Amino acid sequence: MKAYNIIVLAKQVPDTRNVGKDAMKADGTVNRAVLPAIFNPEDLNALEQALRIKDQYPESTIKILTMGPGRAADIIREGLYRGADGGVLLTDRAFAGSDTLATSYAIGQALKTMGKIDIIVAGRQAIDGDTAQVGPQVAEKLGLLQVTYVEEIVDLKGKNITVKRRLENGVETVKAPLPLVITVNGSAPDCRSRNAKRLMKYKRARTVTELQKENEDYTVLYNERPDLMIQEMTVNDIESDASQLGLTGSPTKVKSIENVVLQAKDSKVISGEDAEIEEMMLELIKSHTIG
Amino acid sequence: MSSVFVYCEIEDGQVAEVSQELLTKGRALANELNCKLEAIAVGYQLGSVAGQVIPYGVDTLYLADDARLYPYQTLPHTSVVVNLFKEQKPQIALMGASSIGRDLGPRVSSALHSGLTADCTSLIIGEHYDKKQDKKYDNLLYQIRPAFGGNIIATIINPDCRPQMATVREGVMKKEILDPKYKGKVVDLDVAKYVSDTDFVVEIIERHMEKSKVNIKGAPIIVSGGYGVGSKENFKLLYDLAEVLGGEVGASRAAVDAGYADHERQIGQTGVTVRPKLYIACGISGQIQHTAGMEEAAQIIAINTDPEAPINAIADYVITGDVADVIPKMIKYYKKNTK
Repeated sequence: MKAYNIIVLAKQVPDTRNVGKDAMKADGTVNRAVLPAIFNPEDLNALEQALRIKDQYPESTIKILTMGPGRAADIIREGLYRGADGGVLLTDRAFAGSDTLATSYAIGQALKTMGKIDIIVAGRQAIDGDTAQVGPQVAEKLGLLQVTYVEEIVDLKGKNITVKRRLENGVETVKAPLPLVITVNGSAPDCRSRNAKRLMKYKRARTVTELQKENEDYTVLYNERPDLMIQEMTVNDIESDASQLGLTGSPTKVKSIENVVLQAKDSKVISGEDAEIEEMMLELIKSHTIG
Repeated sequence: MSSVFVYCEIEDGQVAEVSQELLTKGRALANELNCKLEAIAVGYQLGSVAGQVIPYGVDTLYLADDARLYPYQTLPHTSVVVNLFKEQKPQIALMGASSIGRDLGPRVSSALHSGLTADCTSLIIGEHYDKKQDKKYDNLLYQIRPAFGGNIIATIINPDCRPQMATVREGVMKKEILDPKYKGKVVDLDVAKYVSDTDFVVEIIERHMEKSKVNIKGAPIIVSGGYGVGSKENFKLLYDLAEVLGGEVGASRAAVDAGYADHERQIGQTGVTVRPKLYIACGISGQIQHTAGMEEAAQIIAINTDPEAPINAIADYVITGDVADVIPKMIKYYKKNTK
């Protein structure tokens, strides 16, 4: 095989890693509105693995598939800047409230409309939920094999892929037949940065909905450059069973949410002065905590 | 009454720590629900598994013993578990939130269309009232976990689909033998009826498993660093203090992501959970994702330049200062007062 059809599953997530002071409300809870929306970090590791396949087999195509609100088109543009060939935004109110299983069902049904696929690559997990479930569940929904925790594609030849998996207690190298789903760890190489030429080429890439909101008329441009169209898919574009979508299709329900406000306990506040640190160390030695 | 099921991970004939911890939790849940605790082990040469597992209070242990089933592979293990669950219809199924459980769990839940909650930090039985349907549910499993980067704690339920599935990380639950003479039965499954030949498509070429060299879980004293430590060089100070005090070095996720420490040292929801007698948190702000993994430490010292850092709320000693300044002083006064 000289070329592979690759789909990268990606998610736009709030940047939960950098919850700074300005992101905290007066009551000590998080103000989500101020958190920046980013390309889920491990999905970028996944994109890099896809790009490496394309480096080796330049006729391969890489499409990004993301499910989310309209603004998630941002990460498809980001993918185009870094080397992807196209993207699909799966967006509909019908998907609102989906748990991982309903999400996987919708993504699986969307993938079924996307023609022959050789390799689906996804990040191991997204930082807003940390569940690591959507990759394997999409694989199951499509009846495909999955290989999780991938750190490196060691070899890809014909209809077989060999990958190195990073597990908590070691590493495993496995050879598996295509087509399949692989999920990529954060320990895999970082994604290459944006390419300046590609940035110029794709900065006007838009979904239909985005175009309708913009004042300028790009009709001529988009007729000449169909590659600038980011495909939007709604529930009407996939075959689906309504009972498996959104909140209704989600076996898990959120019963309650508690914002985390750490409970204060009596603590001794000391400065970095020598005398106070010595006193603390003496107390710890005396209580046999140390020593 | 349908049972509580635990999937037991096997490495070299030994049942994994996390599985033993889940058996203890599973026994407690089964007692509360007045049902059986059952376990499944999938692997090869599982002769010693019954002796390891039944003392936790396992009523029925199912064994799928076949040379092709070890080491773990996604498809055959999924087939065994899915087919067994279709027969036994457990109400609750627990797995380790390990690289095995997090590979197997979602696959099984998708095949059975049952809900799965990853990385639970607490599992309790409770009730639920659904206003829309005016329906009351008794004896549901509350699957409690941090989410959104640890900034919220969510209680998840699976009202209608069974089994209610959850994964839990190693170290979160405590393991405890119930009765060394506990009487449970062992059922040997006819593997050929549970898997198909097409499940064996993956070839394992090479496998290096080793126990983590770093024993953070067992360390009585942990000196742990966060992003606020500032550099890999500053992190060396933590090793100095840990060596002097006879402890280990841990790290927050932010510090690991920044490359200051290896992943095997990560403490918190996505790392290990520890209960040392002394936890020294250096430059750690204290997001719940981290504190979930260390808040049961007997004593906590927080060293932070930020007097408002959330970690201070759970610390016994709050030192407002720079790690690079405070740690050398701690070493100095420890040495001075012990020798």
